[in-house]
Amino acid sequence: MFPYSKYLRTNRLPHIWCTGCGCGIILKAMLRAVDRSGIDRNTLIFVSGIGCSSRTPGYIDFDTLHTTHGRALAFATGIKLAKPEMKVIVLTGDGDACAIGGNHFIHAARRNLDLTVILYNNRIYGMTGGQPSPTTPYGEKGTTAPYGSIEPSFDVCRLAAAAGAVFVARSTCYHATQLDKLILKAMNIKGFSLVEILSPCPTYYAHLNRLGTSLDLLMGYKRNSIPVEKARRLDPSELKDKIVTGVIYKTERPEYFEEYHKLQQGITENGRLR
Amino acid sequence: MPVTAKKYTIKINRELCKGCQFCMAFCPENVLAMKKAKAVVINPEKCTGCQLCELYCPDFAIEVEKKNE
Repeated sequence: MFPYSKYLRTNRLPHIWCTGCGCGIILKAMLRAVDRSGIDRNTLIFVSGIGCSSRTPGYIDFDTLHTTHGRALAFATGIKLAKPEMKVIVLTGDGDACAIGGNHFIHAARRNLDLTVILYNNRIYGMTGGQPSPTTPYGEKGTTAPYGSIEPSFDVCRLAAAAGAVFVARSTCYHATQLDKLILKAMNIKGFSLVEILSPCPTYYAHLNRLGTSLDLLMGYKRNSIPVEKARRLDPSELKDKIVTGVIYKTERPEYFEEYHKLQQGITENGRLR
Repeated sequence: MPVTAKKYTIKINRELCKGCQFCMAFCPENVLAMKKAKAVVINPEKCTGCQLCELYCPDFAIEVEKKNE
């Protein structure tokens, strides 16, 4: 038994998420990762934007900040600049990070800000009523795309890696034990680290696309996911509609806040560089 | 050595359970079932303590605790 209640605002439960929503599974994995990391809870801060995923900070007993739509990364940057000793974790959704906050997302990755981003990808805008998001696959339905979306979708992991993130991982709600390992790894990285987690949305995504219950979606993740080590040996055509899980990309680059503080210390009183 | 039955206690918080059936589906021993759209324990003696139900419950509604001998 894991003492989840230690980290929860239990008076706020039951949470707002629908029956069978994956957000609760991700929240639990995150709490296990935080517990395992051994980081003092007073040095952790959780920032979120708007959306189903972004309701998470309301239920956890840490320093939390619930901000405007898509701007979680902008607020997190401010926190990290003002308090570099804090560990900042950004909880965001696919619409929040890739559409409304798309620019913040790519530029946070480009600057290599020392933030851990946990991206809940349910492939639809859940809270606003089921509109297709940038990660809704081509041809899948949403409330404003009754004949199927005609837009191709983003591969969030490739986007982040191309923009400059130093750690990019993907998993699903089915792989609940892998989640805490990946989140823990991401937390220990100095730089922009992203964990994309596929999460079932029974109310809109599964319902509109007739994919069955939330449980059917979870089992679909089990059937369609391939570990990244195996995927590297396969032909790209074999990976169509597959979910590649694990640490997708890892590299090392100078981190923004360190560079910034180095620059700050290098400047003398008369405003010149030493 | 005799096998002591019911070594684990399963606590279900009915106020938090939303009836998603994840616990029931993931339980390998058919310990859990649904009653009035909430999870209930039907075969407590079969529980092996794998805690899959607890792992997948998105609602913090189920806890598996080892009984003190």
